[in-house]
Amino acid sequence: MAQTVLHKAATRGHASHGWLNSYHSFSFSSYYNPDRMNFGALRVLNDDTVDAGMGFGTHPHDNMEIISIPLEGDLEHKDSMNNVAVIKNGDIQAMSAGTGIYHSEYNKDRAHRVKFLQIWVYPDKKNVEPRYDQITLNLEDRHNKLQQILSPNPDDEGVWIHQNAWFHLGKFDKGVSTEYNLKAKGNGVYVFVLSGDVKINDQILNTRDGYGIWDTDKFSITAETDAEFLLMEVPMKF
Amino acid sequence: MNKTEILVICRHEGILQTIIRLINNNPEWDATGAVTDDEAIAEFNARPFKLVLLGSGIEKESEDKLRTVFEAEKPEITIVQHYGGGSGLLAAEIYQALN
Repeated sequence: MAQTVLHKAATRGHASHGWLNSYHSFSFSSYYNPDRMNFGALRVLNDDTVDAGMGFGTHPHDNMEIISIPLEGDLEHKDSMNNVAVIKNGDIQAMSAGTGIYHSEYNKDRAHRVKFLQIWVYPDKKNVEPRYDQITLNLEDRHNKLQQILSPNPDDEGVWIHQNAWFHLGKFDKGVSTEYNLKAKGNGVYVFVLSGDVKINDQILNTRDGYGIWDTDKFSITAETDAEFLLMEVPMKF
Repeated sequence: MNKTEILVICRHEGILQTIIRLINNNPEWDATGAVTDDEAIAEFNARPFKLVLLGSGIEKESEDKLRTVFEAEKPEITIVQHYGGGSGLLAAEIYQALN
């Protein structure tokens, strides 16, 4: 029997720093909810909006797999490995912080805000050599089908991280349905709806709702309206 | 008011200083940092720590040694792995460990 947890969008933590508006699906910074610490190895799901010309100054990270998915606008990334890149809607960035890395993220556009998802996954090994990867995805590859955007395998589709995790994006027309088969035993999937209404088995989800499902090897996905969503499969024990 | 004393061990000096600064932003917490095992053990023996945070870069052998030393000296000590490096996870990790 599948286990599930529902996180309605309005129950997320919220922080407004003027230039940054952030919704936290799990405890982060000043938002602390002991019942919302993580979903398996998925530790952070922040839904961030950064004002024009603003951003995160240089700050450190270690021992975490950090994934950024821009939803609107462009975000400039600079790090201590001398990577300078702009990530935009349609891209995905993965960073293994490992033994330690410094980076900054700025919206250099003076006119438009940036919206992006910041996702942190616990690594399956500590103190790895820091690394950075970024790719541009083909948006058509998620239209009415699931597009793999992340895996544990460097040779597989999408970016890769140090964890037995798979992420998929879907952009479904109303009425389109599919089935998701989990890749690994002991994993669960956290579904995050980007827009529209989605039904997971019998559970209706609305925009920005989160839904965790585990102790199952598959589930159905139906778009109740035109909808976009992210599936994050992660180990429940790690 | 007695502050909760927290020992932070991290091989990366820059990240260590960030973690200490963030912890000390909370008026109820007082962080002390150590980079090496010897520094960590000396600090541990000098102050009444309630919590030890293990940061990045600590080799498995060192972690095992430190845990053995700390738990022998003070069995009730809480030792947790800090992930993220002076990040948004720090406060939640400390609250979880202390509660």
